[in-house]
Amino acid sequence: MRPRKTNTLMIKIENLVKTFGAKRAVDGISFNVERGEVVGFLGPNGSGKSTTMRMITGYYAPDSGKVSVGGNDVVESPLAAKRLIGYLPENAAAYSDMTVVGFLGFAAEIRGLTGGAKQKAIGRAVERCFLSSVLHQSIDTLSKGYRHRTCLAQALIHDPEVLVLDEPTDGLDPNQKHEVRNLIRELGKTKAVVFSTHILEEVDAACTRAIIIDRGRIVAQGTPDELGRPLEDVFRRLTIADTVKA
Amino acid sequence: MKHIWVIAKRELGAYFTSPVAYIFLVIFLLLTGFFTFTAGQFFERGEASLSAFFGWHPWLYLVLVPAAGMRLWAEERRSGTIELLMTLPITPWQAIAGKFLASWIFLGVALALTFPVVITVNVLGSPDNGMIFAGYLGSFFLAGAYLAITCMTSAMTRNQVVAFILSVVACLFLILAGFNPVTDLMARWASPAFIDTVAAFSVVTHFDGFQKGVIDTRDLLFFLSLIGFSLFATGVILRNR
Repeated sequence: MRPRKTNTLMIKIENLVKTFGAKRAVDGISFNVERGEVVGFLGPNGSGKSTTMRMITGYYAPDSGKVSVGGNDVVESPLAAKRLIGYLPENAAAYSDMTVVGFLGFAAEIRGLTGGAKQKAIGRAVERCFLSSVLHQSIDTLSKGYRHRTCLAQALIHDPEVLVLDEPTDGLDPNQKHEVRNLIRELGKTKAVVFSTHILEEVDAACTRAIIIDRGRIVAQGTPDELGRPLEDVFRRLTIADTVKA
Repeated sequence: MKHIWVIAKRELGAYFTSPVAYIFLVIFLLLTGFFTFTAGQFFERGEASLSAFFGWHPWLYLVLVPAAGMRLWAEERRSGTIELLMTLPITPWQAIAGKFLASWIFLGVALALTFPVVITVNVLGSPDNGMIFAGYLGSFFLAGAYLAITCMTSAMTRNQVVAFILSVVACLFLILAGFNPVTDLMARWASPAFIDTVAAFSVVTHFDGFQKGVIDTRDLLFFLSLIGFSLFATGVILRNR
């Protein structure tokens, strides 16, 4: 018998809108993510995935609509919301002049972890992301895969309840991709996870639910089975390639 | 406060893990030495004071402080780490203050390393050390004011060179407003009251008092409000990025 899920609402998004100049990047998106869910965020490039994630994490303020994380409105009480979130930004930006352990130490300290708790948190994140061999290497000397995992480790450092991962498998080799997917699935058992991707096989590999967005709107959502198979055909039917004129 | 310190510590680390800090310190010390002893004619003056030393600081800082501070926000924007920083559970104000403090501490270290000049003047004569202390204090606040302006320009762009040039121009304006050749020029057509008003915005006017050994709260307030205003503007710029 499966353990009973504790279905608590962790991310609540209502009618989110964000416009850049004349372009409406996100156009009325609403969805919820509960603890124990891994939501895959699918869509072509430029469909508003990153913009939505940036609004969840409080980097962009929405033009209208609401985001709340763990019951905290991201605009009104940003600190309480941000404390619950671990965020892997697109392109996995990290301070390139720091060593891996220095960077993780910084992330831990800014999250209020010191002394023994800090060391423990670093140890756990390093183990989860397989970083022990590059611990004292400076980040600008790391390969893309390692840099990506360093930034992922930063997102996991405080064992957050909500994970927002923007293309977590981008630039990784097939083995690393496999590991990261397993990690996401594992983390998803106890946390609320949202991750974006345009690799469809990842939806099957890691998600409990997928949301397909196109040009700022949700065009379909459901479990991979509900969306229909093969996923690629579904995706291509629902979204418009950016090579086609709108 | 703890968050500010964590940010500041990281920023200071960034100075000293790259060659920037060491190059900066060496050049700063070489230039202060050159201006004091050669261009400032320290020995020829025959007076036991550091006016030959402090007099150059507004000009020296004009280039060096923007060089030390241009990285602060422009680099975060270029590398994308600003997204990381702004999604951490800290307020933007804490990030701004932490970064500013780190750089200010760094400039303070550079300034403190000029201590041999104080020893020299004390060995050669008996200067008024209170006056020297006031000069150092003024110089530190002057550096802070330039630095805050550099923070602001650095937040405007992802390009460090643009940040550098903008802050040099802004700081130059703050010097020239009270620079004698400029005020003399203005005296031909402007009323003395107007000139005084313009000069009141100049860092030179407010730095002069410190050089004479006078720690005037109005001068301190000038520098502090310049710092406060620039950092506030930094916050506004970052919010509207």
